[in-house]
Amino acid sequence: MSSLNKTSFYQIFFSYFPIILLFFSVFNEIDFNFLKIDYFSFSFAHILIFYWTLRNLNYLGYIPIFLAGIINDVVIGIPMGISSFCFLIICSVTAYIRYITLTPNFIKDWLSFLFTILLINSIQVIILDLIFLIEIDYLSYLINTGFTFIFYPLFFIIFRYLDKKIILQKDD
Amino acid sequence: MASGRDDFVIAFRSAFLKKKDKQRFSLLTLIILSIVVIILGNRDFKVIQIIKSGINEITYRSSYMASIPENKIKKINTQIKEHLNLYQKYKNNEIDFKILKEKKYVNDFLKLENEKLRNLINENINSEEVLAKVLIDKESPYLKSVILNKGSKDKIKIGMAVMDSVYLVGQIIEVNFTNSRALLLSDLNSKIPVILQPEWIQAVASGTGKNYGLIEYTKEDLNKESSEMEKIVYTSGRGGLFKPGIPVGKISKYSNNKIIFFSDFDQLDYVKIVSFNIEGNN
Repeated sequence: MSSLNKTSFYQIFFSYFPIILLFFSVFNEIDFNFLKIDYFSFSFAHILIFYWTLRNLNYLGYIPIFLAGIINDVVIGIPMGISSFCFLIICSVTAYIRYITLTPNFIKDWLSFLFTILLINSIQVIILDLIFLIEIDYLSYLINTGFTFIFYPLFFIIFRYLDKKIILQKDD
Repeated sequence: MASGRDDFVIAFRSAFLKKKDKQRFSLLTLIILSIVVIILGNRDFKVIQIIKSGINEITYRSSYMASIPENKIKKINTQIKEHLNLYQKYKNNEIDFKILKEKKYVNDFLKLENEKLRNLINENINSEEVLAKVLIDKESPYLKSVILNKGSKDKIKIGMAVMDSVYLVGQIIEVNFTNSRALLLSDLNSKIPVILQPEWIQAVASGTGKNYGLIEYTKEDLNKESSEMEKIVYTSGRGGLFKPGIPVGKISKYSNNKIIFFSDFDQLDYVKIVSFNIEGNN
């Protein structure tokens, strides 16, 4: 009986894990820059949303993504709604890729990810700089895009392992 | 050709309009909703401001709770570094202490003289201070700001100065009921009128998005001779928000007008929120 409860707890926990991770990352603004390296930053939330909405949408819905975007804006201090809009643009791209792809290919996903983050960071820069007249550092955005792109394979491996674990838990 | 376009339209419609099993709203609905949020968030309606303030309150508190483990790691990291540098720091402090002791006597006299002169021209600077705890200091790569645990219920207002002991670190830009956001001097959008000592050059200290600032808009460009000497940056009091003479940072020799702030913005735990009331009849 206790092992049954334990299994169902793990099942629930793992199925909500991507959402928990997303909210934890936006509340915490995770950049993994504990050593305070200059210019180093990457968007963990972008990688997470891209992977899960592309590979397994059942564990990361659009509403949690929308809410996470609102929280992200409040924590960073930019006008509300911008991150939600950008996060949902990622979802749109992944939905489109999902629809046109028969057999998933990592390299194609990775290149699509580069296109997506370039697109959303450009949108964010246009909205902040030209509409809200908030001065921003273009170089920071560019470096952030670069590191986010570079780190995708690493998190791809971690998330794929996690994805398999979730499926295994579900089948148990 | 036409079939290719049809395929694209079908894929596009499927991506934006179709709902998956567990999705309650289509992507398009949520994208439109986020655009509405962006537009409404920029309007000055009272209802929207109250809702926005409520969301801020909840998010800041939740973010503070979620940041506790990360803050612990950061604290341990700082403590280890401090322990490793203890001896060198002690030696440096000993030299600094000796110099400061000498300067103190001169400073005490100047302070008294300054007070006397201000009384002569009937100028008084009153200030009110509120001590605040830094709830969140998430340095996003784009905006440099901190969340403080004092808000409108503690009479905090937009524009008040934020100080770390005697050093200026920023100003209040957003006030909620129980908390507020301070824009740090290092943020790209931060621009404050300053004076460069010992030459009395009026300038504007601008943030760079990094951990240093830059001197901009000097009336007379800093000449080569002046760049060979170290300068201290103080607030000039020109904007009327800050009193003149609050230390901001220093410009080292040959540093291309780079301001090294006196306060370490990564180590802010408690700050003072100060409002200045400058009265005078000259």
